[in-house]
Amino acid sequence: MLLLAARRFASMLLIMAVISFVLFLIFETDKLGVAGKVLGPYSSVQQRELWLEQNGYNRPFLVRYAEWVGHALQGDFGQSVRFKTPVNVLLWDRLANTGLLALCVFAIMIPLSLLLGVLAGMREGSILDRIISFVSIVTTSVPEFASATFLVALFVFKLRWLPGTSSMTGGFHWIEMVLPVTVLVLYDFGYVARMTRASMAEVMTSQYIRTAILKGLPRRRVIVTHALRNALIAPFTVIVLQLNWLLSGVIVVEVFFAYKGFGKLIYDAATFGDIYLIEACTLVAVFVAVFSQFVSDLGYMLLNPRIRFR
Amino acid sequence: MATLTRTDVPAAPSRLRSLFGALGLLRESPVAMIGAAIVLAWVIVALIAPLLPLHDPNQAIAPFKFPGAVGPKGDVFWLGTDHKGRDVLSRLIWGSQRVLVWATLATAVAYVVGMLMGVVAGYRGGWWDEAISFVANVLLSFPVMVLYLVIISRLGSSGANIVLAVTFASAPGIMRIVRGLVLDLKTRDYVHAAQTRGESSWYIMLVELLPNARGPLIVDACLRLGYTTITIATLGFLGLGLPPPDPDWGQMIAEAVPVGVFAAHAMVVPALAVSSLVLGFNLLADGLREISLKD
Repeated sequence: MLLLAARRFASMLLIMAVISFVLFLIFETDKLGVAGKVLGPYSSVQQRELWLEQNGYNRPFLVRYAEWVGHALQGDFGQSVRFKTPVNVLLWDRLANTGLLALCVFAIMIPLSLLLGVLAGMREGSILDRIISFVSIVTTSVPEFASATFLVALFVFKLRWLPGTSSMTGGFHWIEMVLPVTVLVLYDFGYVARMTRASMAEVMTSQYIRTAILKGLPRRRVIVTHALRNALIAPFTVIVLQLNWLLSGVIVVEVFFAYKGFGKLIYDAATFGDIYLIEACTLVAVFVAVFSQFVSDLGYMLLNPRIRFR
Repeated sequence: MATLTRTDVPAAPSRLRSLFGALGLLRESPVAMIGAAIVLAWVIVALIAPLLPLHDPNQAIAPFKFPGAVGPKGDVFWLGTDHKGRDVLSRLIWGSQRVLVWATLATAVAYVVGMLMGVVAGYRGGWWDEAISFVANVLLSFPVMVLYLVIISRLGSSGANIVLAVTFASAPGIMRIVRGLVLDLKTRDYVHAAQTRGESSWYIMLVELLPNARGPLIVDACLRLGYTTITIATLGFLGLGLPPPDPDWGQMIAEAVPVGVFAAHAMVVPALAVSSLVLGFNLLADGLREISLKD
């Protein structure tokens, strides 16, 4: 098992290396373009060439790439063109805000989707199962910006209960978290609930559950002590992988509600063409995604005794 | 499945009859029926848009009219007008053309690329498989929205770049499914027969393997159409989609939200439209999966 984990770790590093190289290739091959972005659109060609010379851009591509990776590993991603501050200062701040958002989403989504999934999967085909399955299809069909629109129309414009932006300009307020968290939970819980349902339904038809029921154990005990343990392995991996999806959803939701998080940062960087910031944000986003994949694989190995004891 | 005897094989059914056969299959699942009906309704609306007596979608007539309000010439704005005075119903219907065309096109291109990658990786195996799977893994480790931002921030927003971005994001997933199916299918007798006949490997991949992998792919294609619809509308909402002024559902929402206090209908209506279309695709996929599991 250790060997398997080590191989997964190596492939994670390889993927990060390839992606960092491709990113550097995409954004920094065109040197004059980089200088144009940094110095502004009205800089002359001579100014740009001078800047390139001063900042070591006329060295070979691979040397520049190696230096860039070296700096990135030390947490130095250069200076943001748009915000005029070091990228890493900006990044940590925004990541913390998004981390808080993600924490709230997971704290609500995990219990909700597991509960609904288990309830639906316990009796496949029951009325409750059909209702839960239908609701989860509907909520996953509504894109984040659409559900945000509905919620804003109802709770902000009509009822005036909640604020429509979450920019936290007057300090942190929990009430500004309500809408972003709700939108993300609505979009994400359906998928996890459906996975849990499928896993639970499969376990409920297995031999050992039938034995437990035929032995005359109370239904509650069969489900809590026998079925759940195995039924929750698959949802665990799905939940960890949700982090990848959440990073996409967070971009839309943070832009919609003007929440000052990582998603808004990468969006601003991309629309402004803030090269160093996009590079850094993309690397961080991919790292989070790849790392969550690694954790999910590792967790699956640990939870599944058939792999653990091999 | 029961073994087929010679008499079970129908004598080359006409295309029309096989189409009706497929529609008859839908009747087995009410969920699939509802999904197909929603999608079909939007397709029809998009097709007959030029024939409908609509206002010009880009013409400013009278701003902030509520649904059902009467315009200057005694004409009715069934869904009201937006902040620039454009007819929401007209923009909605013309916008359906745009989203359907681009979602279908982008999904189709992603499918061609993904299926080719998958069938080559699965059939050739070895070095080909390693290389293609690695490329797929690299692309799949991007959160999709980040991938879109990177591609569109570098190349600019245009229809072709949206197709490109969707292809990059979806083809790896399609490749994985096709590869899995092909790994199973390539051990079948008809593949061995074709190999013995001396058919080229491209013939085997394209004529023998891919058509036989279509079942699960149809379900996946419906899901992906829904997802691509979300993508295109989201890019429109973020201002990274197709250029204005032609109506685009995502853009309509983005423009209407800041003035939503005065005209909430202008943002709610397109949001309902996107959601219903995606729901249609998802219900269709779910129903088709249910039908395929029954057999």
